[in-house]
Amino acid sequence: MRVEEERGRTWGLLAEFETPDELLHAARHAREEGYRRMDAYTPFPIHGLSDAMGFRPTKLPLLVLAGGLIGCVAALGTMWFSTTIHYPLNVAGKPYASWPAFIPITFELTVLFAALFAVFGMLGMNGLPMPYHPVFNAPRFAFASRDRFFLCIESRDALFDLERTRAFLNRIGGREVVEVEE
Amino acid sequence: MSDAARGGRRGGPPVIEPGHTYASVTDKISSIVLTRRTPLFWVLGFFVSFLLTMGLLVAVSYLLAKGLGIWGINQPVEWAFDIINFVWWIGIGHAGTLISAILLLLRQEWRTSINRFAEAMTLFAVACAGLFPLLHLGRPWLAYWLLPYPNTMALWPQWRSPLVWDVFAVSTYATVSFLFWFVGMIPDLATLRDRARRKGFQIFYGMLAMGWRGSALHWHRYEMAYLLLAGLATPLVISVHTVVSFDFAVGIIPGWHSTIFPPYFVAGAIYAGFAMVLLLSIPLRKVYGLEDFITMRHLQNMAKVMLATGLVVGYGYVIEAFMAWYSANPFEKYMITNRMRGPYAPVYWSLMLCNLAAPQLLWFKRVRSSPPALWVIALIVSIGMWLERFVIIVVSLHRDFLPSSWGIYRPTGWEWTTFVGTIGLFLALMFLFIRFLPMISIFEMRTLVPEAKSLGKEAVPDGSVADEAEPV
Repeated sequence: MRVEEERGRTWGLLAEFETPDELLHAARHAREEGYRRMDAYTPFPIHGLSDAMGFRPTKLPLLVLAGGLIGCVAALGTMWFSTTIHYPLNVAGKPYASWPAFIPITFELTVLFAALFAVFGMLGMNGLPMPYHPVFNAPRFAFASRDRFFLCIESRDALFDLERTRAFLNRIGGREVVEVEE
Repeated sequence: MSDAARGGRRGGPPVIEPGHTYASVTDKISSIVLTRRTPLFWVLGFFVSFLLTMGLLVAVSYLLAKGLGIWGINQPVEWAFDIINFVWWIGIGHAGTLISAILLLLRQEWRTSINRFAEAMTLFAVACAGLFPLLHLGRPWLAYWLLPYPNTMALWPQWRSPLVWDVFAVSTYATVSFLFWFVGMIPDLATLRDRARRKGFQIFYGMLAMGWRGSALHWHRYEMAYLLLAGLATPLVISVHTVVSFDFAVGIIPGWHSTIFPPYFVAGAIYAGFAMVLLLSIPLRKVYGLEDFITMRHLQNMAKVMLATGLVVGYGYVIEAFMAWYSANPFEKYMITNRMRGPYAPVYWSLMLCNLAAPQLLWFKRVRSSPPALWVIALIVSIGMWLERFVIIVVSLHRDFLPSSWGIYRPTGWEWTTFVGTIGLFLALMFLFIRFLPMISIFEMRTLVPEAKSLGKEAVPDGSVADEAEPV
């Protein structure tokens, strides 16, 4: 229903390429031309594409580090709290906070939390799960998960102009340039 | 970039047969799930393994109704099949993580066509492994007592016990293995969603793919997440079997109380795991015609890993015997004499035959190049690794310090049914996996085809890439 109402509004222009090299070349040109609000769609990660698109390094590693530290502190904290404060139990005169014995669990929980942060951080930053995205409206977009490479310049880009951007995408080698409806 | 992919360079077979393109790789792997007829092999295999799984259900139900008395365990052997099978299964799982994480970090491109189903194997093996300690609890419905949770009994787990470490190690391992497997599969699920023609499949894969669209920005974070997961899984897999070995090494029983256990167990785990990957991949590549993806290169490399880890395990056996003599401890000495000449001597000698003698055949290239021979050796090694755990656990326990408390352990039919039942469960899950999910990583295979190798030729003009770009 929503699609019906907003029909006609352009979300962006999608150009199709046959090889990763063509796409890299196009992405570099688009960036030089001044386009910023754009994204590429590829069937596998392409080495060098992030640079060509001008992405900054992701903050994911910091998130994973934070997750690991949280896991580490939570594990040590729980064990320390239970053995020294909540229920101190003297076993053969051994120290209550016998930290060497706490290492394995601390390690495991560090890894567990870091891994959970890595996966859910990646999904969250990518905005997944996302049930609807305009780019799927493009007729040949299913090939983005097979053997075709796409570059989309979005209409929210300051330089975006339907005709001029279309001509530009054609010039930099886009095989087929289609308008993506929102 | 592509030393391994070029393959032929060092005379070995390539990791992917020539002639493939992005499209052909995609179509071939997705057709197994989407369009090809289900082979008779699958129907029969699933039927048999499903029957065995039903046997497991019967055995478990009877156990829950009657209690542990239906098993042969008693003083002094209180741990037997349940822990043998636990260690055996979890060891098998380790090869999956090794292939997917450690070989990724080492940039071994040949891992690509076997990592997906090796990871699935890990997951299902860990599921089977987890069943045994749970059932051995006697009252499995109270298993949550092992976890720290706020409760009115002021009950805390015993943090200093390796058995509690095990709970954390195995549950972390299961979770991380699942995440690794699933994250690796998201782009392929999107491929299946886009290629599925039937509405039901489109919805099924669409939900699992979570709207993945191959965005460059997403790949950017995805690759980082995958790399970090591999980096986390690598020490994790080593720690899991180390903690498993602590279950024994921290105890004082002769034959258990030994510092060599952690590395010896980890090597044994990889050994058993690669044997299982070979056992599964040799028939699979034949039935589904995947010889161009799972090439002789993969089989040979796995055979070499098996030989190397087999030698480490063999070293473990030798050192166990040596230390028993060198320690001058009468109990240790008796332990090894009892293994070699006691009531379970045939088990010990079969173990030596299976794990120490049989893999020596892998020194010969002709053996490594013959899939049937590899399959048979892998089967022998799998049996050998099971016998190894039997020797370590049962033979050490049945005669410890006091001769007055010695005893003999015999497994009952229910223990066998449970064990065989988990093999059925494992195979049934494997069959479901190869039928409904892509068993080879499609997006990673695309990066191995010759046309992907020309990538970046234009970007790096120093000429070094030019020869790398040569097709296989």
